Amino acid sequence: MEIEAPLYGEGELPRYERHILLREIGGQGQARLKRARVLVVGAGGLGAPVLLYLAAAGVGRITVVDDDSVSLSNLQRQVIHSQQRLGMAKVESARIALAGINPYVTVVPVEARLDRTRAADLIAGQTLVIDATDNLPTRHLLNAACTAAGVPLLSGAISQWEGQLTLYDPANGAPCLACLFPVLPPDELQVTCTSAGVMGALPGILGAMMAAEAIKEIAGAGQSLHGRLLLHDALWGETRQIAIHRSAGCPVCGPCRKDPT
Amino acid sequence: MVTIDILYFAWLRERIDEPRERILTSAASVADLVAELRLRSERHAAAFRDPASVRVALDQRLADFSASLCGVREVAFFPPMTGG
Repeated sequence: MEIEAPLYGEGELPRYERHILLREIGGQGQARLKRARVLVVGAGGLGAPVLLYLAAAGVGRITVVDDDSVSLSNLQRQVIHSQQRLGMAKVESARIALAGINPYVTVVPVEARLDRTRAADLIAGQTLVIDATDNLPTRHLLNAACTAAGVPLLSGAISQWEGQLTLYDPANGAPCLACLFPVLPPDELQVTCTSAGVMGALPGILGAMMAAEAIKEIAGAGQSLHGRLLLHDALWGETRQIAIHRSAGCPVCGPCRKDPT
Repeated sequence: MVTIDILYFAWLRERIDEPRERILTSAASVADLVAELRLRSERHAAAFRDPASVRVALDQRLADFSASLCGVREVAFFPPMTGG
């Protein structure tokens, strides 16, 4: 008779006690977190809290993709990195930080820019993909690849003082990114943190919300952001939600979609 | 004429320099409203110069620019955000 390997490492389980105490997570939800595989694209402002909280929560395997290295101007908001790791690849810096928080999590650093082939390979077999990137072309590439693979995509984006957050999941009836934003704005309107600035705690707020939504999605707790776009305005201290829906004519997830060539 | 609250997000808010305003309008559709807003100031004209990538929500539900404003109390304009 084959003996199944234990799910948790020796001495690991007590660190998740406060989650297990929650009725909505419990032992079953924690086991789902432990068995989960999550791909986090971007180890910058949003990626930092997402990675830290998912590792702390005991997500079993976290793959992190980024082609950038740590620079001084990152440290105002990208709290996973440090002064001592300036110049280091962000994925390696993230791996060190996560190992310090939870050595029982398998972290797979991928120092690369996402392209279509790499995206398909990285997404295959993931429980959830998290979009913490910093540009719209990569966001759309990731959306198309997740839609094709039928993997839900939790997506956050920020701009100066504001953030957007939703779960794209056309396989389960929620819209995809191209349903919501089918038209790419001209370059001068694609406002980045580099070009327009960003309040340092903003990615902390949005990233922590993304981590919470990821934990809920994996553990099966509460109401997800399926079909809802959350808009947070830190300057005015307001949060709104907008009901969103699939677009019948969506070129990515609609019935007349063009398959990628 | 009806009173409608207009909300602006991201670069729309930055260009108009206000997060919201309350206006009196007789616009029948979102497209009519955008045409009317463009005439309010140079800032509004700049904000709505290229609205193709901007989405709209009527009373917090995603809608199209062709949608009617009949009975609508709040119109929110929001573009995709980029940063991470």
